[in-house]
Amino acid sequence: MVAFNVNGKRVSVDAEDDTPLLWAIREHLKLTGTKFGCGAGLCGACTVHVNGEAVRSCMTALSEVADASVTTIEGLSPDSSHPLQKAWIAEQVPQCGYCQSGQIMKAAELLAQNKSPSRAEIVSHMNGNICRCGTYTRIVAAIQRAAKEA
Amino acid sequence: MTLIEGNALHFSRRGFLGSAAGLSFAVAFGANGLSLIPEAKAKAAAGKIGAWVRIMPDDRIIILTPGAEMGQGSSTGVPVALAEELDADWSKVTLDWAPADAATYGYSRGSSRSMVIAGSRAIMLYYDDMRIAGAQVRKVLLQAAAQKWSVDAASLKTEPSVVVHAPSGRRMTYGEIASFAEMPATMPSISKDELKKKSEFRLIGKPVNRLDIPPKVNGTAQYSIDVHLPGMVYASTVHAPVQLSKPESWNDAEIRAMKGVSDVIKLDMGVAVVADTYERVIAARNALKVKWTEDAKAAGYDSEEALHKTYAAMSHDAAAPSTSVKKSGDVEAAFASAAKVYKASFMSDYGYHAQMEPLNGVARFNEAGDTVEIWEGTQAPDSSRAKIAQALGLKPSQVIHHQQYMGGGFGRRTITDYTIEAALIARAVKKPVKMIWTREEDIAYGMFRPQTYQCLEAAMDKDGKISGWRHCVVGDGGSLTYSGIKLESYYGIPHQDIIQRGPSHGIRLKHWRAVAHPFNLFAIEGLVDEMAAKEGQDPFAFRRQRLAMPEKALRVFDMVEKMSDWKTKRPEGRALGLSVSERSGSLGAGVVEISLDRRSGKIHVHKVWAAVDGGTVVQPEMARRNIESGIIYGLSSVLKERATFKGGAVEQTNFHEYEVLRMSEAPEEIHVAFVDSDAKPTGLGEIGNPFISAAVANAFHALTGKRLYHMPFTPERVLEALKA
Repeated sequence: MVAFNVNGKRVSVDAEDDTPLLWAIREHLKLTGTKFGCGAGLCGACTVHVNGEAVRSCMTALSEVADASVTTIEGLSPDSSHPLQKAWIAEQVPQCGYCQSGQIMKAAELLAQNKSPSRAEIVSHMNGNICRCGTYTRIVAAIQRAAKEA
Repeated sequence: MTLIEGNALHFSRRGFLGSAAGLSFAVAFGANGLSLIPEAKAKAAAGKIGAWVRIMPDDRIIILTPGAEMGQGSSTGVPVALAEELDADWSKVTLDWAPADAATYGYSRGSSRSMVIAGSRAIMLYYDDMRIAGAQVRKVLLQAAAQKWSVDAASLKTEPSVVVHAPSGRRMTYGEIASFAEMPATMPSISKDELKKKSEFRLIGKPVNRLDIPPKVNGTAQYSIDVHLPGMVYASTVHAPVQLSKPESWNDAEIRAMKGVSDVIKLDMGVAVVADTYERVIAARNALKVKWTEDAKAAGYDSEEALHKTYAAMSHDAAAPSTSVKKSGDVEAAFASAAKVYKASFMSDYGYHAQMEPLNGVARFNEAGDTVEIWEGTQAPDSSRAKIAQALGLKPSQVIHHQQYMGGGFGRRTITDYTIEAALIARAVKKPVKMIWTREEDIAYGMFRPQTYQCLEAAMDKDGKISGWRHCVVGDGGSLTYSGIKLESYYGIPHQDIIQRGPSHGIRLKHWRAVAHPFNLFAIEGLVDEMAAKEGQDPFAFRRQRLAMPEKALRVFDMVEKMSDWKTKRPEGRALGLSVSERSGSLGAGVVEISLDRRSGKIHVHKVWAAVDGGTVVQPEMARRNIESGIIYGLSSVLKERATFKGGAVEQTNFHEYEVLRMSEAPEEIHVAFVDSDAKPTGLGEIGNPFISAAVANAFHALTGKRLYHMPFTPERVLEALKA
């Protein structure tokens, strides 16, 4: 049993300590916006924030987040009003959409650190997140738009 | 059909069919194709009818969409065509998935109907039917309003979702009409000239926001992997490293003793472990040791050896059995009288779909065990339903199918092998099951784009025109190896002999985005570029003068030449390459600008220009993104992706070994333009993919004077080519 905060709510998950945070979030807590892509920290689809830092939840053991604050895509904003979510719609970024929660969470970490990132900074920050539909140029545009409009 | 919790209705509010209020139009297919008839009558008549459009008294319009959504946008694009002719206010439209019932919701394919969404053809196949359906509903609304106001229906016009009587200034919304109107006994017929002209379009050709995007930015879009059912257990399947080997025995007692494990189930081609949580399934899966049969056809298969030795030998062996793909004119004579003959050979490796969502399915039987509910994302809901029924010994009517969003499809998801496993497991354990393959499993038990060895010869006549073409494709998988050889779509070469030679390796093969086009065009356009260079001619000029290009092809080439500013010199270290693109009735031409790191052998594509003739482009912004997507997908397979087999097993296990394109490797700029056309829509989801291989290879030649003959152009192969 591990207790922590998810999207501002105290939760406890009855699972082994080494359970990947991904499965605790998706299957135990039913917050399915966070996606399983590779299970090996290679694609970024499972990206969430732990104490404000973007992590790969498939490579994070449940015990590592004891008492920590975890934010998932469902908790990024109460009503899809985060500047990135608005920019993602304005730029019509998602195609299949499966990687986009991870992309947005990774981008949110960037904008929290850097209010107006350059293209090169965006690419270097986002490079670990695979989008198989190839929405990369639109993701860059959306992050730039969000930075401008935030 | 009933809508059940978990049916992924993020499009619309629930209760589409449950609601009694409002006008509901059913769709039925007769000898004359699709027609709309009153729902009550349709039910009595056919029994296999569902509502297609419903107009609610509160002005909401709900349209069922048959466009299986894997990212390409046709879940929105197909209904747009209906909404256009209905003259609907798009902001009032919500969507729902059409049920998996091809007799009602399919497009016609020969003498049957199908809902398979493949080859990027959803909009192309549904376009006419959807427009006529929309026009019929609009006509019913006009007639009802005319009756109410006692005016001639011809004196009425519509604005988005409003009927207007201009002489009296009266207006009535579609919702208001729906609250009193009665369905006519027969639906009005629509002639082609009653459909809107291009100049009257409000939605077609205009930017309409995709309705699947808002739920995809906040985590609420539901994929099958997200479904939760009460009392559900988890499962995953292990298949043999050597494909199509069967399980003989395994450490059953050890696995069953593991925490949370409730079952270990033998399937035809694998072993499934079942547990109360997915992390326990993974633990059990990792501990599972299976003894497999050793007589599978793929046993011992070495793909690189096959390609370099067997395929190469077969391609030149006139005695090797071959299948004729196309024969036209007198090829022997064309080559016998040729002034010059150009020859080249090209290779391409196996490709894996790598859709981001590992394949999975959810299944639940009813208590009696005679009905199963399925949640899956599929490109082919109708055939999936039939195949699942067949695997279970049930009738399709005993399978209730809930379509979900797909985390990518790319051709992999027209076959439902994954969901059949979920259904078999659910029946065995008598509980709802969510079955998820790991990424490693998704690759190992993948269905691949076949590798090929292509051997080409072109005959140039005394006037310098290309008069003859021989093209031999060696590879497993029949048309999966030659679907992209359609010279007549862009070049007029009178004498052609296209053959295929097919070794067979027992590897599962499948359509992959644009099927054989990417590597077929790599070969065709590689040879064309080589001939242009050897003749000392500009690639555009060479094609125009010597390849008898039809009008449609000339147009896209002219466009892309202008777009890319082809004749302007590029910065030092950059070069351009050109190729044609063709797929699903669409035609395009593309130019790329590349640079090369000569030390590492890494090619980078900086800019891409694509000119595309796709007929009427129903959703230009969506189409543009779709083409960008095809370009990135294509580029990924051109620069990086390769699957190889050793000892019969796939060597790559996850994204560190099967590498796909990442953001830093994507072009900085992609420019897409469409030919202005009134013609029927053609497929656009795959037109971005085929040209990129040859365009990059041809740019590489322009930059280095060397040719690349084997895709992907990995740094290792690039360095080798530089030394050649």
